[in-house]
Amino acid sequence: MSNVPGNLRYAKSHEWVKIEADGTATVGISDYAQNSLGDITYVQLPKVGAALKAGETFGVVESVKAASDLYAPVGGTVVATNAALDAAPETVNGAPYEGGWIMKLKVSNPADANALLDAAGYSKLTG
Amino acid sequence: MSELRRTPLRDFHAAHGGRLVDFAGWEMPVQYRSILEEHKAVRRAAGLFDVSHMGEVDVRGPEAGKFLNHLVTNDVAKLFPGRALYSPMCYPSGGVVDDLLVYMRGPEDYFLCINAGNIDKDLAWMREQAAGFNVVITDRSSDYALLAVQGPKAAAIVQSLADAKLDAVKYYHFTEGTVAGVKCLISRTGYTGEDGFELYHAAADAPKLAEALLAAGAPHGLELAGLGARDSLRLEAGYPLYGHEITEDISPLAAGLGWTVKLDKGVDFVGRAALAAQKKEGLKQKIVFFKTGDRRIVRAETPVLDSAGATVGRVVSGTLSPLLNEAIGSAVVTAAAVDQPLKVDIRGAHVNLQLVKPPFVELKKTS
Repeated sequence: MSNVPGNLRYAKSHEWVKIEADGTATVGISDYAQNSLGDITYVQLPKVGAALKAGETFGVVESVKAASDLYAPVGGTVVATNAALDAAPETVNGAPYEGGWIMKLKVSNPADANALLDAAGYSKLTG
Repeated sequence: MSELRRTPLRDFHAAHGGRLVDFAGWEMPVQYRSILEEHKAVRRAAGLFDVSHMGEVDVRGPEAGKFLNHLVTNDVAKLFPGRALYSPMCYPSGGVVDDLLVYMRGPEDYFLCINAGNIDKDLAWMREQAAGFNVVITDRSSDYALLAVQGPKAAAIVQSLADAKLDAVKYYHFTEGTVAGVKCLISRTGYTGEDGFELYHAAADAPKLAEALLAAGAPHGLELAGLGARDSLRLEAGYPLYGHEITEDISPLAAGLGWTVKLDKGVDFVGRAALAAQKKEGLKQKIVFFKTGDRRIVRAETPVLDSAGATVGRVVSGTLSPLLNEAIGSAVVTAAAVDQPLKVDIRGAHVNLQLVKPPFVELKKTS
């Protein structure tokens, strides 16, 4: 039902990550997650420069219904955040894999990604 | 877990993409498309709400009016056939049993609308209070369905399907007539702060009426709206919700509903002595409404702090105003705290509360 792009990796806590060849990673929340949360009203972004371990909380996504912690799917240093979400958090609802990205990391340990689900595994989890 | 109760429109909701959740033991749509978009549609054009979970009660008999004036804090004697009244119903302590609408159909014939979560409690309370009055109380909750059409286009939409002239039905008045061929009690009331109607009708007719309203409303911009939007609309309008701004422990006076407490209506009523004492001695706690200038929602049960960081109350309702794009809410605080700077802690950040006299937005309610 929900959109699960095949080129991404997914955490069981519903974040997606796209790891580039240059060792940077883009992180957001899945279509399933945005749909479950409903209207997203606020995204608390991490600080650029913050060092995150895999599984560490890095922010909060709030909907009308609830506030949910965000967990880093892989460890690394925050190199960019999506400041456009301050004014338009609903972008996470409309485009969770594109305009709704939340942060970019310089990945410290690419092997962290091995613990994540692929699209088939995540589809099974959320199906 | 006990089975959720369903309104006659449960399949209608599912067919139209409603997200069904447990609300006070009822399987109800919290949203269809988006709470924020449904909210804006009601302010801009119109929304259609199924509120069939609400309870309905007939109160009939030679002393029906006298009984109701004993039961509730507002003045039922001011009613005439075709007139509706909002009132709290209190305990002797001045705390609130429920808030309700009283419709006068005739001198010995009244109709009440009560909150879904309070139906059993209210009926037991009313029957207990009715001792000594020549009155018959009948629970009609499962006989009736209730659809609300709310918003600036509501009158045009309902009129297009109604046999009665709705211009003649002013705010807090009602008439009996047909809408899309369905016999209705057509009440010009609502819970959104907009003009609109609440249509009480036989449960079996609900799917037919809902489809007809949706079809007639679509060209006007009407959207289906769920309980999520209903809650944000009522909060933006500054209306109380039972269990939040009014409870067994928060009196109508504390809630800012003094206009519904008629201490001088000429007859004694349940809670009068306690409410008169509260008024004379001053309130210990008050409901305040606030906005924050920040998008982070201040959720119910968040402690309210004074400038020294001491807890002086708690948030009772909180959401994001889709029109203001900032957090709005209400809190119960000590009377002494009302004139002081107040703040809350949201995940370690202090956010100041700016107290506001509701409504939070300009409302176009007419009549």
